[in-house]
Amino acid sequence: MARLFRWLTPTLITGIILGVALWGGFNWALELTNTEEFCISCHEMEANVYQELQDTIHWSNRTGVRATCPDCHVPKEWIHKVYRKIKASNELYHKILGTIDTPEKFEEYRLTMAMSEWRRMKQTNSRECRNCHNFTSMNLDKQDERSADRHDPHVWDAVDGKEPSLTCIDCHKGIAHSLPGGWEEAVEKDPILSEGLELDSE
Amino acid sequence: MKKLLEILVIGVVLSAVSFNSSAEIKSLRGPVSLDDESEMFDKRKLVKQKGGFERSFKIQPPLIPHETEKDKITLQTNTCMKCHSKKNHEKEKAPEIGESHYVDRDGNVLEKLSTRRYFCNQCHANQVDAQPLVDNEFAGAK
Repeated sequence: MARLFRWLTPTLITGIILGVALWGGFNWALELTNTEEFCISCHEMEANVYQELQDTIHWSNRTGVRATCPDCHVPKEWIHKVYRKIKASNELYHKILGTIDTPEKFEEYRLTMAMSEWRRMKQTNSRECRNCHNFTSMNLDKQDERSADRHDPHVWDAVDGKEPSLTCIDCHKGIAHSLPGGWEEAVEKDPILSEGLELDSE
Repeated sequence: MKKLLEILVIGVVLSAVSFNSSAEIKSLRGPVSLDDESEMFDKRKLVKQKGGFERSFKIQPPLIPHETEKDKITLQTNTCMKCHSKKNHEKEKAPEIGESHYVDRDGNVLEKLSTRRYFCNQCHANQVDAQPLVDNEFAGAK
């Protein structure tokens, strides 16, 4: 028994130290790729979408809160984050191919890229929007009449704990970046994105 | 010698005149010295008015009764059309763009906003709550 302990203790200690170091290192590296600085280190992001963001309310506003790239484009929970990161390896491949390395090419691909991001948002019930925006903390009295009217049914859905009929991205497209040409028609034809939109027409 | 004296006298007179007139020049910045900061003007917010503004003359392009800060008119899209297009205006309870806006320069009636009417803010303007500096009895055509 004593012999077993003599063998087990150093292994355990080494294991814990190694585990902390490796896991910490992995997370540290993962978080490094979760910064605005990292995102705009590629000129494709810096010259196009980053410039557009700077015109919008998510960049500067009354209260001085700013949303940067990862706040909307990377999920917060670990499992979703890692899944998104693995999917993002496709972006590295296209970086090497130079798929969007000029403004013209970027514009050509903008609709495709926007649609895939809209689909992601729609399928996750706009999870990243809701990291900051919550219906339960939304005061409709402080909103414009028009906005309050449109939000009202969704607030009640949230209060009653019902499945949401629509999600943020259904109406709030193009709030942080320029809209691609022909987006309206493309959204209507898309089976995922067009789902439930007719509910909004009343 | 006499000529030199004449020129000298004329020169003195002219410089006196120019010196005088330069003293009368008023800067558009007001009586603020160059190294001072100029006065801040009042901040004015854009007016939001339900039902819109009355027109001042018959074919005046209607004024914009809301903020347009978030709207963008680019080569690819015109976000004003999110509400004011033929397709969306009913759903959004917004006025539709005028019939003339569908006509191109050759007189063809198009399905969508004509490119020559594409830049909305060339004719349609936001309003701030600014009172006229001078009394004005102008009454618009009703």
